[in-house]
Amino acid sequence: MTLTVRQIRTLNRICWTISLLVVAIPFVFPFLWMISSGFKSATEIFGQPSLIPRVWRWQNFVEVFEYQPFARQYFNSLYIALAVTALTLVFSSLAGYALARMRFAGAGLLMLFLISALMVPEEVTIIPNFFLIRWMGLMDTHSPLILLPVFGPHGVMATFLMRQYFLALPKELEEAGKMDGLSRLGIWWRIALPMSRPALAAVAIITFLFSWNLFLEPLVFLSSLELFTLPLALSNFTDAYGLPLWHLQLAATSLAVVPILGVYLIAQRQIIESFALSGVKG
Amino acid sequence: MAVPATDKNSARFLRVPRLALKHREAVEAWLFVSPILTGFLIFFLGPLIAVFFYSMTEWNLLTQQAAFVGMENYADALSRNPDFWHVVRNSLIFAAGLVPLNMALALTLALALSRPFFGVVFFRAVFFAPVVTSAVAWAIVWKFLLQNEAGAVNQILAVVGIDGPNWLREPDWAMAAVIVTRVIKMVGLNMILYIAALQTIPRDYEEAARLEGASNWQIFRMVIWPLLAPTTLIIMVITTIGSFKVFDHIYLMTGGGPENGTLVLAFYIYEQGFKFFNVGYASALAMIMFVVVMVLTIVQLMLRRKDMQ
Repeated sequence: MTLTVRQIRTLNRICWTISLLVVAIPFVFPFLWMISSGFKSATEIFGQPSLIPRVWRWQNFVEVFEYQPFARQYFNSLYIALAVTALTLVFSSLAGYALARMRFAGAGLLMLFLISALMVPEEVTIIPNFFLIRWMGLMDTHSPLILLPVFGPHGVMATFLMRQYFLALPKELEEAGKMDGLSRLGIWWRIALPMSRPALAAVAIITFLFSWNLFLEPLVFLSSLELFTLPLALSNFTDAYGLPLWHLQLAATSLAVVPILGVYLIAQRQIIESFALSGVKG
Repeated sequence: MAVPATDKNSARFLRVPRLALKHREAVEAWLFVSPILTGFLIFFLGPLIAVFFYSMTEWNLLTQQAAFVGMENYADALSRNPDFWHVVRNSLIFAAGLVPLNMALALTLALALSRPFFGVVFFRAVFFAPVVTSAVAWAIVWKFLLQNEAGAVNQILAVVGIDGPNWLREPDWAMAAVIVTRVIKMVGLNMILYIAALQTIPRDYEEAARLEGASNWQIFRMVIWPLLAPTTLIIMVITTIGSFKVFDHIYLMTGGGPENGTLVLAFYIYEQGFKFFNVGYASALAMIMFVVVMVLTIVQLMLRRKDMQ
């Protein structure tokens, strides 16, 4: 029996799809198991494994909020991420615009200076930053969780991303704006920014997720339960012996992850493109 | 120095002398960059200089004593403290495991998903999903899955007759588990970068090679792989640096254990600084990390430049 080229292609396609499905298992399974275990009782979790809980224990999702001020912690993460995103958008697009469009002495040196930041991991500066924040009297507040990401390597990366995008924009509209007597700030706000929505969206998405997922900084700077952010709160569902309370921890983790996954599934093309943009340019 | 026509035009329009205008532009530019620059100096460059000075002190927060000791902390790390070389070894094993595995998987997935077919969007979304998930959540779930007898992974292995190891309690298995789960978490990012690069390669090249009778492997080896070289280098830089920075993943999955089997550099710095309060020693470690990451970046940027010439 000989197969036609078309049949070989179809067969080939089917083999590829099956292989991809197999590879996809460790990418999907953890999410499914997390959600399902979040509905199980502490005893069922260690009993016979099954993806569908025998008894759906909705109670877990109530206890999560009783065990810690989880709603407050959720809100903390949300408002910090929004603040970091807003500030990063403003500062990175301002600086990015100047670096792309304005001619000034020291611009080259400044660029070099900022690029060096991309080489330094946050772990390197965390110790002096600890003393700085303590000296400023900002320990156990949310300020360092906003200041450090906005002005750290991530903010610099966002600045370069914006600069790159401004460079590729046509200059004509800005020239026209200048003719109409707009100030630099006016040109930036009324002409350059509206034209760079894709770059702003990319910066917003990666910055929000960066802040939302931040762990080292909250760990170092926060000590009050009601000030915790989500990642820190999630790591905190333990019993008196420091052992994890799996059913609560996984219920809480589901609550933290599922909304983000939901937004991701709706806007996945935009989100993936944002990361591609930052990965290439940063 | 040539002044661009635009400056001339606007100068005429505004009836301001050119020099003054140039001056004003510079002032405005510095104002535009000043927020990020100020913050950068305070929260980044200042600390970077500070950490260098800290690294030359013997400073323990518990005893509240600090003394200048010169290069002692570095000597401690390099020749006296056996933990340090153990940590270096772990970090290198982590990188040596993570980087090739991540890149090979990313490239394979990208090759499979770079052209449209039914389900391509679904698969891309699936492989990328862990990237947007918090590392903390990811580590918690995998720690749960990798428990000895109650863990789903071992239960599944038991079904096919394999007696799985106690993943996170045996040093070598713990390292393997941390590497693999980190690859699954991050591979989507590199996959996307590879897909973007693959899509810029004109189809004609491949068609031409096929007309000459090249096999799929030959097309990959002779046409696609060389054209991907710049992307491969960028990805290698990002992934290697990322592997030295990994902290939350280790903190939550193994806490550096068992028997320090997964104690890597970023975690060691945190432990020395914030658990044992050895500020001087931890700062010396941070400086070492800084140099390693900087050298890596520069070396690979140079490679990239050579490659492009």
